[in-house]
Amino acid sequence: MGKVNSSIKLTGLEKSFGSNRVLRGIDLDIPAGEVTILMGANGAGKSTLVKVMCGVHKADSGTIYLAGEEFNPQTPAEAIKAGIVTVHQNINDGVVPDLDVASNLMLDVLANPHSSVFLLPSKIRKSAKQAAERLGLDLDMRAPVHSLSLADKQLVAITRAMAHEPNLLILDEPTSSLSLSETQRLFELLDRLKARGVAILYISHRMSDIKRMADRIVSMRDGEVSGVFEGDDLDYIGAVNAMLGRKIADVDIQIPEVGAPVLELENIQLLPSSKPFSLAAHKNEIIVITGLVGVGKSLLASVLFGREALFKGEISLNGQKYNPKNITDAINEGVFLCAKDRGTNGIIPEFNISHNISLPFLSTLSKFGFIGRGAERGFAKTAIKDLGIICQGEDDNIEELSGGNQQKVMVARWLMKSSKLLILDEPFQGVDIAARRDIGNKLRETAKDRATIVFVTELDEALEIADRIFVMSEHGVVGEHRNMNADADLILAQVLGDQVMDKRMNKNIGISEGAAL
Amino acid sequence: MKQASLSKDKIKAVAIRYGFLTLLAGLVLFFSLSAPGFATPFSAVFIFQSVAITGILALGVTATLVVDGFDLSIGSIATSSLMLSAYIMVVLEQNAVVAVIACLAMGAIVGLVNGVLIVYMRVPDLLATLGMMFLLIGLQRIPTEGRSIAQGMTLPGGETATGVFSKSFLALGRHKFDFFIENFIPFSVIIFVVIAVLIWLYFEFTRYGRVMYAIGSNERAAGLAGVPVHKYKIIAYMISGVLASVGGILLAARLGRGDIASGNNLLLDSVAAALIGFAVLGAAKPNAFGTAIGALFVGILLQGMTMMNAPYYTQDFVKGAVLVVALVFTFSLSNRR
Repeated sequence: MGKVNSSIKLTGLEKSFGSNRVLRGIDLDIPAGEVTILMGANGAGKSTLVKVMCGVHKADSGTIYLAGEEFNPQTPAEAIKAGIVTVHQNINDGVVPDLDVASNLMLDVLANPHSSVFLLPSKIRKSAKQAAERLGLDLDMRAPVHSLSLADKQLVAITRAMAHEPNLLILDEPTSSLSLSETQRLFELLDRLKARGVAILYISHRMSDIKRMADRIVSMRDGEVSGVFEGDDLDYIGAVNAMLGRKIADVDIQIPEVGAPVLELENIQLLPSSKPFSLAAHKNEIIVITGLVGVGKSLLASVLFGREALFKGEISLNGQKYNPKNITDAINEGVFLCAKDRGTNGIIPEFNISHNISLPFLSTLSKFGFIGRGAERGFAKTAIKDLGIICQGEDDNIEELSGGNQQKVMVARWLMKSSKLLILDEPFQGVDIAARRDIGNKLRETAKDRATIVFVTELDEALEIADRIFVMSEHGVVGEHRNMNADADLILAQVLGDQVMDKRMNKNIGISEGAAL
Repeated sequence: MKQASLSKDKIKAVAIRYGFLTLLAGLVLFFSLSAPGFATPFSAVFIFQSVAITGILALGVTATLVVDGFDLSIGSIATSSLMLSAYIMVVLEQNAVVAVIACLAMGAIVGLVNGVLIVYMRVPDLLATLGMMFLLIGLQRIPTEGRSIAQGMTLPGGETATGVFSKSFLALGRHKFDFFIENFIPFSVIIFVVIAVLIWLYFEFTRYGRVMYAIGSNERAAGLAGVPVHKYKIIAYMISGVLASVGGILLAARLGRGDIASGNNLLLDSVAAALIGFAVLGAAKPNAFGTAIGALFVGILLQGMTMMNAPYYTQDFVKGAVLVVALVFTFSLSNRR
């Protein structure tokens, strides 16, 4: 295989789903023989962009140029044929676990209707071995793929992809479940591909990976490219800045007097390897905990909601020791969690609005097990009015609502009863700005008699609703700020945690991501 | 243009809602006109009686469908209950109360085991209950070495069984109450109606039923709302097991013997009834009322065809065809999933 020479250029790419403009005119160069890092928070449009490039979605307007020629893939097969190959985050999508390595590598030959009907296993193994050796990989060809480590599976998927002689290799968070040494192997392979002139688009949040691999960084935000960084000395802080956005919120935060402490974390440690921290949340206070993906935010939320055990330390609620064994315990103690990813963790798709709201508190609505339907409707009607949920009525099916309104229903669910501590994990995910304001206002209005903790990744959102902001990094708290002329640059620096970037090279932080929500 | 499409939507909505009930009425009308003797109290009694047992089993199927599960073992639980009640009365010479309690307990235990296999051992529901089905089919034959149980039968040891089916037990399956017409309503039908109403109340109006629907729709979200998902899933399989054993008791009481060959069609008929129930009133989900109507539908169809002298082997074909049509009503017309 000689050097491939290619570069990809996107101009004015737009894509909408209904009224939701996901891509708002993307201009992007992905030069051959370089690694272009794509950064963006959840909902920035990264995955839609990738799907347009690999033929899953069709762009509404705009053009893709492949090696100077116009190219608009209609199907994934077409994109693969043109040499655009994607390795998805979920590795198991890319391999057939029950077949051996050789068959996996040769899958495209096996699936080709023009191949001969009888295929000698020895012959397959030989050509598979050759394919692997071209990439300098030494794999046991007879091993079934399900017995391989995640990294090896990924290498198999990439090796298979390489058989297509790709011009562009897209990797979607490839290291999120790999250990450090596995990551190193992947990087070595990518270096070799780079040297062969393959254009690589690499999506990641991990600073250590980005520092190791980046030739260029492209930041995305709200469906637009918000920054391109290149040159010898890459501006990492600038890139994250562009990704998170820092239009200082025009919301006036009047930090109210706080009441008695409700939740107290005393020297708690989330992981054996993480640093202990303390934190107190008071009545009438909204605390925001921010940080990048995978720094332990979701794990902390899970611990407080009784889904995961705390590694070490003490938690007290209203002065009493608090150690919930399960979710029911937590709810009975008055600790509620509005989970992230409402589609998977929140909404009951076959229920209407009022049934969705009442689900956790049916027992208080019921007499002898029979649900008081009038009261149930009453709660839903109040919630619709208070939160401005746009719908025909409380009998509307939840799936007919827009994302923002669905999220309002989820928040209404946990506001139905008063709580001691209300936790909201990424409550603004896929929520438009108007709905975000409505939810923020409602949280503030009801905050008086409870403590409120909100986990968000985006700094904008944090600055919009917080009284105090805590920054998490590496499963510990690294900064605390009162949200009054807070130094956004300092917060950002802590979010990135310069010392963390270097430490991450020696440690695998990704472990707990799977364990968290 | 817009108005035309609007009325088209309306027609479709009405068709989805009332389509199956209309079909049922049409079926009754058709058989009344073309099968002499169909529209008589006697044939009604017969339909009710056959509907009662499949209907009760189908209500159990509904319970597992609600939590997005499935129970293939109900037919074999019913026949096990049939054999067990016969064994207890004929061989062990116990009375009706002991027999009924033992059968209900057996159903509950089998349901519990199914639930534990599925929830805690993570065996997929179809496989766990399939395994249970084979296990029970074998188990129910062991005590009598494969023979049916009848009064005065010869036991494996050589002696003759001296126990009898008690009169009160047989009444469960055979007694008919007067209702305008003498001997019109079979006891088993009353049991069926009572169970149907209870199950309907449970799923429509109690929080337990609501929570089970939530589990069936999004198990993860239900769990995060504090629902003890495992407990409710096990309860669903226990409801299914107990109702199947009730069906078996009624079958034993009707037959008056422990016939190993009876009850072959129970599983398929009751699953069909529960699935047809999806289409009734456009519910598009498992529901007790629909299931009862579905059971009635299957019963009327079979009785009508029998009275029109359709050969027995065409019945399964027609049942299957009706099921397919009902599923089209549910999934295609109402755009579910």
